[in-house]
Amino acid sequence: MPEPAHGRPAAHIEHPGGPGPAVDDTAPGGTDAATQRRRARRSRRYRRDVRWSPYAFIAPFFVFFLAFGLFPLLYTGWASLHRVELTAPTDMEWVGLRNFSRLLEDEFFWNALRNTVTIGLMSTVPQLLMALGIAHLLNYRLRGSMFFRVAALTPYATSVAAATLVFVLLFGRDYGMVNWALGLVGIGDIDWQNGHWTSQLAVSTIVIWRWTGYNALIYLAAMQAVPKDLYESAALDGASPWQQFIHVTVPSLRHTILFTCVVSTIGATQLFGEPLLFSGGAGATGGADHQFQTLGLYMYEQGWVNLHLGRASAIAWAMFLILLVVGAVNWVVARRLSKSA
Amino acid sequence: MTGRKGRAGRQLHGGKFAYAALIVFTAGSLFPLVWTAIAASRTNTRLARTPPPFWFGSRLFRNLEIAWTDANMGTALLNTTVVAGSVATGTVVFATFAGFAFAKLRFRMKNALLLLVIGTMMVPPQLSVVPLYMLIAELSWTDQLQSVILPTLVSAFGVFFMRQYLMEALPGELIEAARVDGAGSLRVVWHIVFPAARPAMAVLGMLTFVMAWNDFFWPILALTQSGNPTVQVALAGLGQGYIPDQSVIMAGALLGTLPLLIAFVVFGKQIVGGIMQGAVKG
Repeated sequence: MPEPAHGRPAAHIEHPGGPGPAVDDTAPGGTDAATQRRRARRSRRYRRDVRWSPYAFIAPFFVFFLAFGLFPLLYTGWASLHRVELTAPTDMEWVGLRNFSRLLEDEFFWNALRNTVTIGLMSTVPQLLMALGIAHLLNYRLRGSMFFRVAALTPYATSVAAATLVFVLLFGRDYGMVNWALGLVGIGDIDWQNGHWTSQLAVSTIVIWRWTGYNALIYLAAMQAVPKDLYESAALDGASPWQQFIHVTVPSLRHTILFTCVVSTIGATQLFGEPLLFSGGAGATGGADHQFQTLGLYMYEQGWVNLHLGRASAIAWAMFLILLVVGAVNWVVARRLSKSA
Repeated sequence: MTGRKGRAGRQLHGGKFAYAALIVFTAGSLFPLVWTAIAASRTNTRLARTPPPFWFGSRLFRNLEIAWTDANMGTALLNTTVVAGSVATGTVVFATFAGFAFAKLRFRMKNALLLLVIGTMMVPPQLSVVPLYMLIAELSWTDQLQSVILPTLVSAFGVFFMRQYLMEALPGELIEAARVDGAGSLRVVWHIVFPAARPAMAVLGMLTFVMAWNDFFWPILALTQSGNPTVQVALAGLGQGYIPDQSVIMAGALLGTLPLLIAFVVFGKQIVGGIMQGAVKG
């Protein structure tokens, strides 16, 4: 049963909110009866308000959330069991699990999965390590510390599209800045886009560039919450700054680190814009040999280039299942961490 | 922001190494943006020569003009402003109402509903685009802005964020006192919840605006480059060979990024504070 959200004076609660004025016949005078009636009306209105207003407050959110969040999620599952073509999306032909069993034999799916994992590792691990170091430096008392913080965040303000367009030029084979700089130290022109690892490294660089500063600020916020006496007692025990970083800072940040790992993993799983635009006008294959095609890009290719919306839905659900596994691993690690604390 | 002596957080003075390393990192963060402007101020033929240019040329305004008209960047900027503005406003208002209800009110199924909201926070956008695409195809909404506004008008993260903030920032006694004075729920929200939530609303608004401005996946499915693009759709078109001139492409990238960069320079302190505050709450 719904209860009043907050304590009310008992007098109001005692009046039953039945139909008609709550006539308390013992009331001696007319004015008093009027007060009673008014009170009863107010208390009824109050109870109605307390009972229904929470639903009114969450309703606008849930209307949109159900229509554009939850319903599409479930309908994608439904569509993945059908043959649906982009040209006639209303003609759905039931195929059961065929879209999924197809994926298991599809070399491009496995290729995209492998690429997603390797690009994910190549972008997430250096990114978070660097962010930890930068946060440590930003945690010093610095002149112009706000300048450093805002500057670290400017890549975050840059969109995937804008960032990828400039990195395509920087990683250009013939006239790119990166190859020019490598040429100065005697390394010959690298064909970044067409190599397997070089293209993945270049795509990872874009991700690293965009997100390192953002993660550094998150770590910095957590570092500022570490009690100062922990460092003082460590210093008294003769711990060097490096030892303090390893034995005080990093353990204090373990929940934040786990949080950034999860968020970055989610981001890496759905990587799409960078590999799409890194191949220039060459379409959604992720390079001539699919060398940097991610799952997100493969889903787009199946759905919007090859026009198989059913298969695209199956890939989307496969991505979701992968994320669920990641979430479960995270949950286990988090439990271990809080036990060891 | 800098902790006083004795408070949490270590506050040693940074040495020469710290400054040197931070300057290198800052240079790396800013360089691609600066070079976007340099490339946008050159000719396409100059970009196809080694060594690449390191300083500004004289073609900036010419290239910006071409990008503005030929690459549809003018329309795109206007559209993105409308989209990001609507999405940020909608998200903040709806999230504050729902966040308040989840933080301070009692109702049936509250915990189950909250769990549902939190549970869908990590669902990737790939899982909703197929039905959304069918929907806008059915309604003939392709190239219309509502097709990108409505699906992102509310966010599960926003509700969670506002709930976390209001749990702490909004004293229950304040609401009770207003109730005793006979204030209805709407008046409580207007006179007590909104003022208390204002800092978090500002942070959520800024973060949502940036995210909506840079949103990529769904807009490139729902809108077309030559029709009614947002900035990101126009840039995707540029990158996929819509215009072959590299310096014009860079001018387009510059135009699409500049508004947010200016906002970051003006509101930098608040945005940094917002992200750090959100991190501690999360």
